[in-house]
Amino acid sequence: MIRIANGQGFWGDSLEAPLEQIRRGPLDYLTLDYLAEVTMSILQKQRSRDPSAGYARDFVEMVGRGAADIVDKNIRVVANAGGVNPEACRDAVAKALNRPGIKVGIVAGDDILSRLDDMIKRGVELKSMDTGEPLASIRPRVQSANVYFGAAPIASALAMGAKIVITGRTTDTGLVLGPMMHEFRWARDDWDKLAAGTIAGHTVECGAQCTGGNCQVDWQGIPDFADIGYPIVEAEPDATFVVTKHRGTGGRVTVASVKEQLLYEMGDPHDYITPDCVADFTTIQLEQCGPDRVRFSGIRGKPATDLYKVSISYSAGFKATGMLAYSWPDAYAKAQAADRILRERVDRLGLKFDAIRSEFVGVNACHGPLAGEPSPDIAEVGLRIGVRSAYRTPVERFTKEIAPLALNGPPVVTGLGSGRPKVEEIVAYWPALIAKSEVSPQISIQET
Amino acid sequence: MARVQLLRIAHARSGDKGDTANVGLIALKPEFYPVLVREVTAERVKKHFEGICLGRVERYELPNLGALNFLLHESLDGGGTLSLKADAQGKTYSAALLRMEIEVDSLPG
Repeated sequence: MIRIANGQGFWGDSLEAPLEQIRRGPLDYLTLDYLAEVTMSILQKQRSRDPSAGYARDFVEMVGRGAADIVDKNIRVVANAGGVNPEACRDAVAKALNRPGIKVGIVAGDDILSRLDDMIKRGVELKSMDTGEPLASIRPRVQSANVYFGAAPIASALAMGAKIVITGRTTDTGLVLGPMMHEFRWARDDWDKLAAGTIAGHTVECGAQCTGGNCQVDWQGIPDFADIGYPIVEAEPDATFVVTKHRGTGGRVTVASVKEQLLYEMGDPHDYITPDCVADFTTIQLEQCGPDRVRFSGIRGKPATDLYKVSISYSAGFKATGMLAYSWPDAYAKAQAADRILRERVDRLGLKFDAIRSEFVGVNACHGPLAGEPSPDIAEVGLRIGVRSAYRTPVERFTKEIAPLALNGPPVVTGLGSGRPKVEEIVAYWPALIAKSEVSPQISIQET
Repeated sequence: MARVQLLRIAHARSGDKGDTANVGLIALKPEFYPVLVREVTAERVKKHFEGICLGRVERYELPNLGALNFLLHESLDGGGTLSLKADAQGKTYSAALLRMEIEVDSLPG
């Protein structure tokens, strides 16, 4: 049995969670997920300003703080922290470790930004999976393009002796399946086992979202959220596994908490497609086998496809969102009046937007028309209004029309933010598919 | 026959993929699952989310988990970073589905 922990569900998750994972109980592997869909474009921008940037700095800091435990307890670490610059991330990690003789591996080759023009010329269309349009239609606006690699390159890096594996764009599930493939020597076409490891990865990839975080069943009875334990997979060579957490931590691992996470961001449950296999979520058997322990068995998989998914980001215009809070009495009516006034003012200014959207916080921002009418006596209502345009100028002008309403519109109002809203550049996501033969993972190992 | 709100017999979690939201609906007890299968159809979910879901609704059954998975297309104002919604990722749609009322033979204990 090997114990594989998740210590990070997304970039921005708890900085302490990975350190708690390595300090509060036994572990063989610590995995960390840092890359959301549009993170790569932020990292590309950072790298274009500074050639030694473009990776998740939080990870380097974590390695620095946890180095003694990681080395002394012989915990292997797998993270997709490399972003668009795995080499620079490796160098920073080596420095943070500050110990000789530790092998650090990287998985690169996922970054195809510099190859896009050549690919398009050769007829590789990289059509949007959402709209079917070819990438050529937005090529000048592309900011990053990365192939999602799976678990296999991670397993290879571990087999080459890496204690720490840093990848660029890798599937979240591959971070957990990789160690299993390596430790148990699973064949790369043993689809049922690869599917089980993939589902283990999916279960823990969002950190504490499977250990009681965000769980709707008896949420008030879930112990000690402040010290919530992040998930651990106890994996067996036969591809059964238990999801649990360290003893003495808060949170709760139940069949209910695990089911919620299994369904999170789910499409067709029969065909959960990864680079490694196609997993069938309708085959999972769950059993509460002890307090905070859920056992998974029966998982079936199907052969991998011959395609990789590509994560492409592109510049898609500008947006801004502002907020004002109206108090009792007539809070909702006042917020609605302010919305009408603001829209009339931007009309008079001749500002044109691709979209303008108003929501009333406290009334319908979450559930829209399903929420029904609020109480006429409602204590306060927030007007949240946003605009989007291909051009910066009208969005910029819009941001200056919100604050004046505090003095020249309906009474009794206060700001909920600070000053004028910021204009944000929109970086949108363009998912595409590419033949596996077009790209190959580049694995390299260096010793500190 | 009695009417019951899904909140009393199910729990849920929602997420996003582009402009599509997914809502996983899970029976709180195994005996509630067939009721969910019978009552919470794709058509009813589409009608429930009127004004929010502008596209079609697909439903998948996961009897092993006592769960249904719904895909609500065109529900997130463009989705991702393009969306101007406060809840651009449909995180609260799980609870929105639990507002639905369905017919049951008897009220759950």
